[in-house]
Amino acid sequence: MILDQEQNLATSNSVIRNKSLQRLHIDFPLFIALLLLLTIGIFVLYSATGKNMAVVNRQIIHIVIATVAMLAIAQIQPRTIQFWAPWLFLLGVVLLVIVLLVGDIGKGAQRWLNLGFFRFQPSEIMKLALPMMLAWYISELSLPPTGKRILTAVFLLTVPTLLVAKQPDLGTALLIASSGFFVLLLAGLKWRMIFSVVIMIVASAPLIWSYVLHDYQRGRILTLLNPGNDPLGSGYHIIQSTIAIGSGSLYGKGWLNGTQSHLDFLPERSTDFIFAVFSEEFGFIGCMLLLLLYLYIIGRCLVIANQAQDTFSRLLAGSLTLTFFVYIFVNIGMVSGILPVVGVPLPLISYGGTSIVTLMMAFGILMSIQTHRRLIGN
Amino acid sequence: MAQFDSLAIKDHLRDEQVFSRRLIVTTVFISLFIIILIARLIYLQILNQQHYKTLSENNRVSIKPIQPIRGLIYDRNGILLAENIPSFTLELIPEHIENIPQLIKELQRVITITDHDIKRFNKKLKYKRRFEGITLRYRLNEDEVARLSVKQYSLPGVEIRAELSRNYPLGRLTAHTLGYVSSISERELQKVDASNYSGTSRIGKIGIEKKYEKTLHGKIGLQKVETNASGRILRILNRELPVPGNNLYLNIDIRLHAIAEKAFADNSGSLVAIDPNNGSVLALTSFPSFDPNLFVNGIDTENYKRLRTSPDQPLFNRAIQGRYPPGSTIKPFIGLAGLELEVIKNSDSMSCPGFYMLKNDERRYRDWKKRGHDDTDLRKAIIESCDVYFYDLALNMGIDNMSSYLAQFGFGQKTGLDLHGESAALLPSRQWKRKTRRLPWFPGETLITGIGQGFMLTTPLQLATATANLALNGIRQRPQMIYAIQDPKIEILNLRPPKSLDRIEIKQQSNWDYVHNAMKGVVHTLHGTARSINRGLKYKIAGKTGTAQVHGIKQDEEYDEEKIAKKLRDHALFIAYAPADEPKIALAIIVENGGHGGSVAAPIARKVIDEYLSKENKK
Repeated sequence: MILDQEQNLATSNSVIRNKSLQRLHIDFPLFIALLLLLTIGIFVLYSATGKNMAVVNRQIIHIVIATVAMLAIAQIQPRTIQFWAPWLFLLGVVLLVIVLLVGDIGKGAQRWLNLGFFRFQPSEIMKLALPMMLAWYISELSLPPTGKRILTAVFLLTVPTLLVAKQPDLGTALLIASSGFFVLLLAGLKWRMIFSVVIMIVASAPLIWSYVLHDYQRGRILTLLNPGNDPLGSGYHIIQSTIAIGSGSLYGKGWLNGTQSHLDFLPERSTDFIFAVFSEEFGFIGCMLLLLLYLYIIGRCLVIANQAQDTFSRLLAGSLTLTFFVYIFVNIGMVSGILPVVGVPLPLISYGGTSIVTLMMAFGILMSIQTHRRLIGN
Repeated sequence: MAQFDSLAIKDHLRDEQVFSRRLIVTTVFISLFIIILIARLIYLQILNQQHYKTLSENNRVSIKPIQPIRGLIYDRNGILLAENIPSFTLELIPEHIENIPQLIKELQRVITITDHDIKRFNKKLKYKRRFEGITLRYRLNEDEVARLSVKQYSLPGVEIRAELSRNYPLGRLTAHTLGYVSSISERELQKVDASNYSGTSRIGKIGIEKKYEKTLHGKIGLQKVETNASGRILRILNRELPVPGNNLYLNIDIRLHAIAEKAFADNSGSLVAIDPNNGSVLALTSFPSFDPNLFVNGIDTENYKRLRTSPDQPLFNRAIQGRYPPGSTIKPFIGLAGLELEVIKNSDSMSCPGFYMLKNDERRYRDWKKRGHDDTDLRKAIIESCDVYFYDLALNMGIDNMSSYLAQFGFGQKTGLDLHGESAALLPSRQWKRKTRRLPWFPGETLITGIGQGFMLTTPLQLATATANLALNGIRQRPQMIYAIQDPKIEILNLRPPKSLDRIEIKQQSNWDYVHNAMKGVVHTLHGTARSINRGLKYKIAGKTGTAQVHGIKQDEEYDEEKIAKKLRDHALFIAYAPADEPKIALAIIVENGGHGGSVAAPIARKVIDEYLSKENKK
């Protein structure tokens, strides 16, 4: 395959260039792109918070922790990751149950588990644990998986998704569910089945509407259809963020010059709605460059997935990559007003330690898969 | 199960093929989704950029303060003295106006805007921020509002604001007690919590309004609003309601003010009435008065000049700031001092030839009655106000004794009333004279101090307080304006307890009774100086008249002779308490240049006491 040859060429070049990095289990192209993205994120955050250095410093600390975590995970052999996958998944499910029973409530949802010295969201563990679990489970047999395996996999996928949706945290539930779904998709789940599931979901939409969704979630979907409906609530977010994006036009208003964000308009402008700040200040060209950088990272990760030497690594790497894309698509889609508002951050740019650490850990897994390749091969 | 499955042979090549094919499909999907995003961004940022740019430029979110409702003020009977009435003001927002003078000219074609309005506007323009609204006209009437509303659309930066404006329905009756609110000055803004006042345009300037500013003001509310390019509010995003100020109930009985005003007629002066039992200030008046409503929206220079330069000094609060010689009203206090300090006995009497002379001094200290009072004891000296008796008493007592005894009644000190600007007036003493004038004390000065002349000065409030102390046998209560404070939400009156001060030491109760009796005689005996008011009295009044020679009030030389002559006339004074045996009201009256206390001041007291006691009985 032409694609394969190109990739092999690229890989061999990078290997020659970066032998020492290889020994440190760092994938140089990915690492540089991630650092570039994180740096951009810090500058956008500085603007979005109204030059609040305290917040920026905290974010830098998050980034340092996340990078250390990524590098640490990159040292772990994929085989070890594979071995621990079911146990991590089990731990994740148990923690999700615990958090439903005794978790801390923040912003109207029960997501946090307080361990005394630090608080964390068990749902974040699941973002990694579920694709690991399914990749482990599916890769035990040849692809594509059998019907029985698929049913079991769907069950394994449903349990944490529902537990997280119950918190309620629709955004994370969506990310977890899609990470699981991507494992099945990449494993060669029949298109027929995929389409029938899609049709089933569409058919049961009224039931989901009435019984599964919370009031605020229904509200958000209604708002998307008609933002003017609820101009004081979430509709306001969408109206303001589309104004911010649109008024950025081609070249943007310039860094620190976004009026929408600095006039206290955009809610959540340093977290979920940070893309609005970015596009207001850097315009369409800035957006294209940002998307390009994201695509480069995704492309590099897909290369890693394709070059992976065993099915577990391939499925896991592919799933994590596609989930990363879901982050981007859902966040930009929601901020620009084509998707309902769900709590999904703009990956590696939005403020927040949890999401950055989880994402960087995922990239750590990808680096591990990439850099341990030859060792496995030998 | 997992173990069993893993026994099956894995086809690695096929795995790789399946995965690769799926990867290509997902890459296609990713590209599709990316195209959707790009399309959306093109739609927003390229195709509709003008639309959103306009929206963004027109979009302003600002935090607008909501002014808390200022507390209402009532008198002791619940009569409303200060209220808030809705009024419309015309505001300009400089940020949105290209040419302010031209705009004002344009507005002048629609409504009347005086030079005074423009001057006031220009003054504020200097220190207000560009995006803040500045008032050009206060109190627009409905007609003006309607005409402006029609035009407003074509005039960016012009806003009509509805607000609550302070109003004093009884106007001049309350001016000297309540004071008034008016525009906050920069200096005042530095003294208060500026953020709490960001929605407030007026602040208490004097009187109760100033003293109880904190209580009356309340806590500011905020609303987050979206405004368009011209600063007009499009919608309210959220709001935090203000906490209204507390209502005040005064001890003042406003009906007494009305009676006093009528009784004073054109005379200048002051009447202060106190309930001696608890220090409640029942009346605190100063005549002439002025209309406090003039000040609320900024008084125009013409009116202000008239008030400032009027020879009657209507802005001057005589009740707490006026310094008058007490004249003969001091005599009961001096007499009591003589008895208590055992300088005289109540049986002592002397002959009054109509004048008094010091040893080695040619000067004759005259009595007001040329031919004298014959044989005079203290009782007669008080009833008929014999000066000679008190010259003699004062001399025997000495200035040091006199000064320290009078000080116990609060003379020469601020009473501690809850109003700003109170004067301590002046109680002379040997030390005071040495300190301020660098001169020794002369015996002649002791004599005239004994009849309330010379250096001694007192405010009407001080005199009323001293009278109250005397009435209650030395029990002293600090005078107090406020009866209760009321949180408008819970409506419960939070009563202000009276504040007792140290009691004046009593050597012998009979001395006090003697003085009380003598004061009763002033009104109720044949020769009493205030006998004219005893006709038809159903209760007993104890009082003392006074007639004070004018000095201290200096006027410009240019007044015509007639005016000067009036100004040089004596002040008429009267102190009283009633009912004499169970005092419920004590008062002091000063009628400037009124002549004799008995004929001018005492009748005013009778009317006020009548009114107060008749209502008390009804209760």
